[in-house]
Order: sequence, then C-alpha cells, then structure tokens
Amino acid sequence: MSVRRTLAVAARVLAQIRRDPRTLVLLVLVPCLLMALLWWMFHDQPGVDLFDRIAPALLAIFPFIVMFLVTSVTTLRERSGGTLERLLAMPLAKLDLLLGYALAFGLLAAIQAACAVGVSVGFLGLDVQGPVWLLAVVGVADAVLGTALGLFVSAFARTEFQAVQFMPALVVPQILLCGLLVPRDAMPDLLGRISDVLPLSYAVDAMNDIAGSSSTGDVWQNLAVVAGFAVACLALGAATLRRRTP
Amino acid sequence: MNNAVEAHGLEVTRGSREVLRGLDFTVPVGEVTGLLGPSGCGKSTLMRVLVGVQAKVTGTVQVFGQPAGSRALRSRIGYVTQAASVYDDLSITENLAFFARVLGVDRGEIDRCLEAVDLGGHADQVVRNLSGGQRSRVNLAVALLGKPDLLVLDEPTVGLDPVLRESLWVMFHRLADDGAAVLVSSHVMDEAERCDRLLLMRDGVFIADGTPAAIKQKAGVDDIEQAFLSIVRGAR
Ligand SMILES: Nc1ncnc2c1ncn2[C@@H]1O[C@H](COP(=O)(O)OP(=O)(O)OP(=O)(O)O)[C@@H](O)[C@H]1O
Ligand SMILES: [Mg+2]
Repeated sequence: MSVRRTLAVAARVLAQIRRDPRTLVLLVLVPCLLMALLWWMFHDQPGVDLFDRIAPALLAIFPFIVMFLVTSVTTLRERSGGTLERLLAMPLAKLDLLLGYALAFGLLAAIQAACAVGVSVGFLGLDVQGPVWLLAVVGVADAVLGTALGLFVSAFARTEFQAVQFMPALVVPQILLCGLLVPRDAMPDLLGRISDVLPLSYAVDAMNDIAGSSSTGDVWQNLAVVAGFAVACLALGAATLRRRTP
Repeated sequence: MNNAVEAHGLEVTRGSREVLRGLDFTVPVGEVTGLLGPSGCGKSTLMRVLVGVQAKVTGTVQVFGQPAGSRALRSRIGYVTQAASVYDDLSITENLAFFARVLGVDRGEIDRCLEAVDLGGHADQVVRNLSGGQRSRVNLAVALLGKPDLLVLDEPTVGLDPVLRESLWVMFHRLADDGAAVLVSSHVMDEAERCDRLLLMRDGVFIADGTPAAIKQKAGVDDIEQAFLSIVRGAR
C-alpha cells in the first residue's frame, strides 16, 4: 500500500468527475431538491411534524444510494474499459485502488452532505437538537459505506445490467428495514434482528439521534458501527478483486 | 544469450477451451520479437500471462528469473493492451500523469513518451475526442513510462498509417538496442519482416520460431505469409 498511489487514484477519479459537470451538479442538487419536495409535501399536514420525523433518515439514505450507484458504474467502466487490467499489471496494491475511490467519493459526499444538511436546516427549518455539523459527518461516513459496498459487489457483477440489479437486491431491503417506514423496535422480531445487522440502520439511528437529542454518545457509537461496516466492505472488496482473470 | 522471458510447457484454459497448448519459448533482451498468428490463436492470452493478469496458467513462465506476475516485476514491464486502456474523459496529459504517479516515475517522462509517439502537439486534448490511431498511441505512450525492461505490446500498430508505423518500428528497435526486450504481436504478416525474431502461432501452438530469414528459407518461399501458409499446409 502506498499513500502516493492512493492519492493518485483519488485525484484521477475527481478529475474525471470534474470533466462531467452535469453529474457533479446532479450529485449536489438532487438531494437538496428532494428534501425540499419532502418539506413541501408535509407542509400543510396537521399534527406532528412529519418532515422533522422523516428528514434525518433521508439524509442518511441519499448519500448511501447515490454513492453505491456511482461507484458501481465507475468501477464497472474501469473493468470493461481495460484500465483495471492495466492498473493491476502495474505496481498498485488493490487497497490503493479501493481507498482511492473511497477517498474521492467521500470528498464528493462531504460537499453533497453539506449542501443537503444546509438546505434542510437553514431553509426548510429542520429541527435539530444535537450539533448540525455531525449530520454531515454521518452523511459522509454513510457515503463511504455506499462506496465500499459498491466496490465490493462490483467484483460479482460482470455486466452493467447485473450491477444495477444489485441496487434493488442489496440497497432497497436496507431502506425498508432501517426504521424509516416502521420504527425498528416495532417490527416483527425476525425483521428487527435482520435490521440489526444492516449497516444503513445504524446510519439512520445516528441521524435520528442527532436530530432528537443533544447528547452525542449514541451517535458516535452508531457512527463507529457504520465506519466498521465500511472498513469491512473495503477489506472484502480487496480480497475479492482478482489480479488474474479468466 | 540473456533472456527476459523463459517459458516451458505453458498451458492456459479460458472458459472450457484450452487456448495455449504447451508452449516453450524465450524472449531475448535486446531484440524485437514478433508474435504473429491469425485472429483468435492466443496472442493476447500469451501476453496476459507474461504481465500476470491471466488466470488458470500451468507450466513455468519466468520473467527476469521470477515467476510471471511477481510483484517485483510489475514496475519493470510496459504493457499495451489490445484495446486502448486509457480514460476517455481525461486529457492525454492527465492520463499519462496518473499512470506516471502510479508507477512513481518522474513527470518529465510524460513529455518524452508523448514525443516518442508523436503526440506532443495534442497534450491537452481529451482522449474521447481523438481519432482511433491517436488513442492507440496514447495507449502506447503509457507503456513507455519509466523505460520498462520488458515491453509487451499487443497489436500496437493496428489502424496507424504507414509513416507512423514505420516510425514506431524504428522506436521499438531503438528500445531493444537500449537493452529492453520487446515483444510485439500482430496478425498482419507484413509486419513480420520488421522483427529480429518471430514466433508464429496457430491455435495455441507455435508452428515456427526463428529469424524471418530462417523461417522463409526452411519453408522454401520468399515471404512470411507464404511461409505461414506452407507450414500450415505441411502440418496437415
Ligand atoms: N474471457 C474469455 N473467456 C473465454 N475464452 C476467451 C476469453 N477471451 C478469449 N477467449 C478465447 O481465447 C482464444 C484466444 O484469444 P486471444 O484473445 O488470445 O486471441 P488473439 O490471438 O489475441 O486474437 P486477435 O488477433 O483477434 O486479437 C480465442 O479463441 C477466444 O475465443
Ligand atoms: Mg488479441
């Protein structure tokens, strides 16, 4: 492993994104617009403020989905374009490649999270008890998790079609079980236990903790679980990426 | 003679097919070795073995005295894949700068390699907007970074005009004269005459191995294409 090579990969991925300003704008703007849409939808509803209840979970879900997809597509492109084969024939550790990706997409996620959190709290009046910046930190951890999972599963996808199918297979169940639709402790026993081993649940819990209370002890614990999953996915990704292919 | 590559009993299975079927060969330092044969005979597969990205390899393949694919070899081999393996959405310079950083070579190398493939004037153009021949030259430039000791070039001159092809072959010989081992594949037989030594391949086996002159003489004809055909007919 080498810091120089990891940074080279990250800088290259960012340069590619910079050449594609539309993707960059979509990446930053879409989550903000969706938060605004959510606010508007619940705006005139009487009773409890549903926006305050749902928004934190969405702040966790967006970066996860987006970075999962962006990573799957980018790595598949790298594979089919032959650049992966060339890189693997060079003195590049597999972890250099994976960490480079995680770093680049983590940085993008930081911009994305800062904007989405800024819009939600600044303009849409999201009520947050804990420190607002911590929402962005959880967003970044979550995006890195999405990237790590995308890197891991892309080892199993031979075609773009397969890669896209991993999204409903691996991401949608996590959204259903993360506590957004039904609180996690109100789920049937088995589903609750499944939800306990899915990383997105911890990211959503962390966001909800920040929004709902000013004590941050639980947040750091949940954040650590998310980070742990991300590291595990990166390690699995490195283990499943083969230098030699058939 | 000093050999960059020594292979014995090399066999490779891809899918359910045995693609390389028991090859013994060497690639000497200081020469341009041509790997020639019809489409699908296994040229790219052999090159993938040498750079260490091919799975299901049996037999022994030593590169500079170490098993092919060893970590220490990765910075000593320049590899040109058959399809241009560069980033379409980056400029020529950005592509070379990235690979130079991965290889840990000096940025000055970038200009040298661009000049070598005659792309000096296009450095800031995005690869997507280049012609096919220009793209393949970027691909070649990447393999020249850091003056590798072994160059594995998979059809590097396909789609290029005669003038440029000529100048690239001159460069390959200059690299060999400077002490590199150069292995170039082609399915165009008229490039054979430009090689110091030839490996003629068909269906995963070598049907001839020697200098162009020796191969022609043995077959009793005066061009390599005829020699190839006559050896194939003789083998039937
Ligand atoms: N990924 C793969 N899986 C299974 N078989 C493969 C794969 N890639 C190539 N083959 C088979 O291996 C054989 C040799 O392929 P290879 O690419 O080495 O040929 P080649 O000599 O380089 O041909 P060309 O001149 O067309 O590039 C072919 O018959 C091909 O069908
Ligand atoms: Mg080929």
